[in-house]
Amino acid sequence: MTESSSQNANVVVECLRSWSQQAVAEVIEFRGETTVVVPRDLLRAVAERCRADAKLQFNLLTDATCVDRYPVEPRFELNYHLVSIPRRDKVRLQVQLSGQDPVVDSLVPVWPGANWLEREIFDLFGIRFSGHPDLRRILLPEDWEGYPLRRDYPVEGFRDVPSTGELFKKSSML
Amino acid sequence: MTTVETVTGAAKTMVLNMGPQHPSTHGVLRILLELDGETVVKAVPDLGYLHTGIEKSCEDKTYSQVITLTDRMDYLNPLGNNLVYCLAVEKLLGLEVPKRAQYIRVMMVELQRISSHLVWLGTHAIDLGAMSVFLYCFREREEILNIFEMFAGQRMMTSYIRIGGVALDPPAGWRQAVDKFLRMMPSRVDEYETLLTQNPIWIGRTKGVGYISPEDAIALSMTGPTLRAAGVAYDNRKVFPYSSYGEFKFEVPTRTESDCYARYLVRVAEIRESLKIVRQAMERILDEGPIKAEAPGIIPPQREKMKTEMEALIYHFKIFTEGFSPKPGDAFVSVESPRGELGCFVASDGSPKPLRVHFRSPSFINLQALPKLIEGQLIADVVACIGTIDIVLGEVDR
Repeated sequence: MTESSSQNANVVVECLRSWSQQAVAEVIEFRGETTVVVPRDLLRAVAERCRADAKLQFNLLTDATCVDRYPVEPRFELNYHLVSIPRRDKVRLQVQLSGQDPVVDSLVPVWPGANWLEREIFDLFGIRFSGHPDLRRILLPEDWEGYPLRRDYPVEGFRDVPSTGELFKKSSML
Repeated sequence: MTTVETVTGAAKTMVLNMGPQHPSTHGVLRILLELDGETVVKAVPDLGYLHTGIEKSCEDKTYSQVITLTDRMDYLNPLGNNLVYCLAVEKLLGLEVPKRAQYIRVMMVELQRISSHLVWLGTHAIDLGAMSVFLYCFREREEILNIFEMFAGQRMMTSYIRIGGVALDPPAGWRQAVDKFLRMMPSRVDEYETLLTQNPIWIGRTKGVGYISPEDAIALSMTGPTLRAAGVAYDNRKVFPYSSYGEFKFEVPTRTESDCYARYLVRVAEIRESLKIVRQAMERILDEGPIKAEAPGIIPPQREKMKTEMEALIYHFKIFTEGFSPKPGDAFVSVESPRGELGCFVASDGSPKPLRVHFRSPSFINLQALPKLIEGQLIADVVACIGTIDIVLGEVDR
């Protein structure tokens, strides 16, 4: 299993390298999964290549998600999980983003299915996708403050909730 | 509000709010519909009413504690959610699960698939006005829930599948119970088909409704029965087998019409295929054998050993006070849930709590295609289309 997946990884990496030397910044192999780290500026071009290249044919974008490694910089890792239905292969594209400027090209022009996945990441991590047709919050209310899945956002106690006594005082003053 | 050109001249459209409390949205989904007469011009789904931040809560729990949260996402498929999370953590740990436990997992997940499809069929039929199918479907679902209760002590939120295996040995008399169910079920599926498959009202409400081309379905990341009804035989159990699915003989039912009727036929055929898998799994499960992997420090030791061996007691204490720490790395696993490809992404930073847990929920992603299915259709068909995507809002919003 590991052998065949590393062979497949070679196909993806070789194909991308032969297209552009800068396209692959790093290749990570872990438990039979291949992660291709891509420079931020080349993401959309690499994704388009992965989808359209006859040797790769990654036609299905299964998942897109983000990991926050705060306080390490670059703190955000965007992971795109691609599946090729005709070739029965999987690969993960990864882009690393800094906390100061979390902007990346949207993949909606490549896979329309990226629309809601990117909206979810925007909603919960505050990463902006340039070129996204409809970048709004999707799960949280539109007036929500902050991005809950960031590591510096506490699990509970984000806002100071007034005690019952304070509320009573306030209401009796009215 | 916009102006549209109609045969009789320019006309104003009307915006109608459907949901969040609408019986046919199967939970709390709100759709803004822009209507021209009875035709849908534009549809904008609005979600998040059930968002509980499960992924954030996972980051504050140890690896074993997360399992109880996964039950509550897709509440029609709790065992499938347990399975995908456990497979992801096992991949992170590099843990090998004993064959017997793998077969038990397969059997339970396939029973769960049947029960989920039964709920789908019943509620979908009730949406379209066929009341009696619902009662029949829930009668058989009850039998499956009784089997789950035998195995796990719980009917719905079982948390039966654990990291490294399953929670308990199969109970006494389980073979008879499953066998009885397997012998009863095929004729019951025939009963549903007599009620619906040739029913002119059913055909009228579903045939040709909610078409999506296979190219569009793949581009919109759709998976599961909706994609298979469009003619794409993409099933994770066949394409990327997990938990010994490669050893089982079953077909992947597909249709090419890609309408609501085709999705109905695919799901009914899937019930029959799942029955075959349950039968095979039942024959493969031996009476004796391990149900958990051998991994001290990760899998809690047996109760008897704790009373006689000091190491077992120490491991027990350590597992339940601080948990275990997998090596830093990422793992992504996907399984075939009744609704489509259910994925789980777990990232570890070497601490006893996961750095990130993310679920690729098929309901959420399939729902994205809803506007594509209903735009240009009649408002009555919106109900049929929501039904055939088979969404569970607990999983959409997580």
